[in-house]
Amino acid sequence: MLTFTLRRLLMSIPTLLFIAFVIFMLLELAPGDPMSQMPLTIPPEVKEKMRLALGLGEPWWVRFPLWLKQFFIVEPQYWWDAAFGTNFADGAQRIISFQSRSPVFDTIAQRLPQTLWVVGMSYIVGVLIALPIGIISAYKQYSVFDQTGTFVSMIGFSVPPFFSGVLLIVIFSVQLKWLPSIYDTTHVVTNWDTFIFQLKQMIMPVIVLALQTTAQVSRYMRASMLDNLTQDYVRTARAKGMTESVVVMKHVLRNSMIPVVTVIALGIPSIFGGAIITEQIFKVNGLGQLLIIALQGNDIPMVMTITFLLAVLIVLMNLIADILYGVLDPRIRYD
Amino acid sequence: MTDETMDMTAKPRNQWWDVWDQFKTHKGAVFGLCFLIFITLFCLIGPSLWGVDPGKLDIRNKDMRPIYTAIFDSGAKYGWAHPMGTDNLGRDIMANIMQGGRISLAVGWTAMILALVIGTTVGVLAGYFKRLDGILMRFTDLVLALPLLPLLLVMMLLFRDPLRAAFGPEQGIFILIVTGIGITSWMHTARIVRGDVMAIKEREFVLAARSIGTPARRMITRHLLPNVLSPIMVSATLGLATAIITESALSFLGLGFPSDFPTWGKILFDSVDRMTAYPERVIWPGLAISLTVLSVNYIGDGLRDALDPRIRGL
Repeated sequence: MLTFTLRRLLMSIPTLLFIAFVIFMLLELAPGDPMSQMPLTIPPEVKEKMRLALGLGEPWWVRFPLWLKQFFIVEPQYWWDAAFGTNFADGAQRIISFQSRSPVFDTIAQRLPQTLWVVGMSYIVGVLIALPIGIISAYKQYSVFDQTGTFVSMIGFSVPPFFSGVLLIVIFSVQLKWLPSIYDTTHVVTNWDTFIFQLKQMIMPVIVLALQTTAQVSRYMRASMLDNLTQDYVRTARAKGMTESVVVMKHVLRNSMIPVVTVIALGIPSIFGGAIITEQIFKVNGLGQLLIIALQGNDIPMVMTITFLLAVLIVLMNLIADILYGVLDPRIRYD
Repeated sequence: MTDETMDMTAKPRNQWWDVWDQFKTHKGAVFGLCFLIFITLFCLIGPSLWGVDPGKLDIRNKDMRPIYTAIFDSGAKYGWAHPMGTDNLGRDIMANIMQGGRISLAVGWTAMILALVIGTTVGVLAGYFKRLDGILMRFTDLVLALPLLPLLLVMMLLFRDPLRAAFGPEQGIFILIVTGIGITSWMHTARIVRGDVMAIKEREFVLAARSIGTPARRMITRHLLPNVLSPIMVSATLGLATAIITESALSFLGLGFPSDFPTWGKILFDSVDRMTAYPERVIWPGLAISLTVLSVNYIGDGLRDALDPRIRGL
């Protein structure tokens, strides 16, 4: 198992390098120019100097390794220095945003908590709702509950987040005036009332994101439970006189969770993608909104870094899913 | 014995009739098909019947409410001339929904077909030729590990102006969106097709065909492709659904078609600012997207059952 993990870890390095290269070349070959937003009155020679100041003077085969060095060596050095008070970085050049002229990772660190808070909460809520729905749907196959569950998850697949979010705002903020439509990220929880307010403003973004998760995970849970419920070991367990709850919750559920856990791990990157849209609707100033702003401002280092971080997340979650599969199911060992 | 005599008397049937019979038993799928036909006709024939120019400004009749508001609010501004109301510039919303639907559906179908062509080609090549299998599937895995929505946004933003200059504002953006969605959504089709091709390749009829010297090209077109048609059709429905949603999402983020050019996602995006006073402007396009995608998903569900010979005929 250890050798498999190590091999997978080594395999993911060329994958990540390739992805970084694709993103870099896409931004490089694109005809968009970070100088295009500048006023036309700036003389060409000044413009050329500004380009050089942004680090655009070098050809791509110089800048790409430089970016890699900054991302993988310089930035971790700065974290290490900040955490332990050492001085490994020694004033090396960090990745600088074109727009704010501040290090990209500082901005990301400011935005990350909002996104993690909303996205993480919605994922947990979504999974916690999905699991019981999937279990009951499979146990009572073709019952009214199952049919309703199928229909609701079909809706979860079909209604895009930008419509469900807007619909929730129309109903709960505009018509009923129960919940705020804009997520206030400066809000600090100090006492019971502020906690209630925080809860209220989180309900709608979390529901929108959780609906998608619930739809997907509950379908997988149901299918996996159905596969296991007809197995011989379930009949044996019943024949031994075990109560129904032990059969379902201990024997069947444990075996059915194996594929579902990997699906849950694989779904994490996609929910960050969904957060881009949700943050736009509820005006959460998280990572997704940062990406949109950076895109519109032609802020290449910021776009590159955020996109690559998402790619790292995808590769990492794939790795975790593969390893979890082996850990949870002793029949599957990759060695 | 009786079965055989019955088979003798019964007319020979095309297998697609069996598929259709099975498809008809799935209520959701039939309903979905009806709705898809309805919305397609609504968008295709609707404009010639309704005859209102979607871009025509009519400031005097701006901000009209849909006719059903008359039931609970008799003071509202409404009229039969604009059954779904008008927007803040007096443009008729029903004409806009029809025009937007044409573009949204056209983008969805074209992008889906493009993704299918790429996915099937990659899948068949990887499944049939052992030499290509490793490299093509490694490539598919790499593309699957890309963060697709951010990359799509990057592509939209960076290639918008040159394509607009080359093909005109509408054509350029259409090509860009279709290509973008197509090249970011072929991977699942490729994987499914590869698996099926590899299974079929080992069957006796393929061996028989090979033994009489069938060349690879005819092998693929005559023997393999017809046999992997059903998984391709199922992934086609999924592809259509995701393509429509992705196009609307891009328009919603302000990176889709230009502003005077309605699509369902664009109408929704433009109406969000005024949804407090005019919620219906958000609800019409949103309902159109959601119901279309829902019906396409149900069609896919029904097709999957109908094309599975183990379920069919039960």
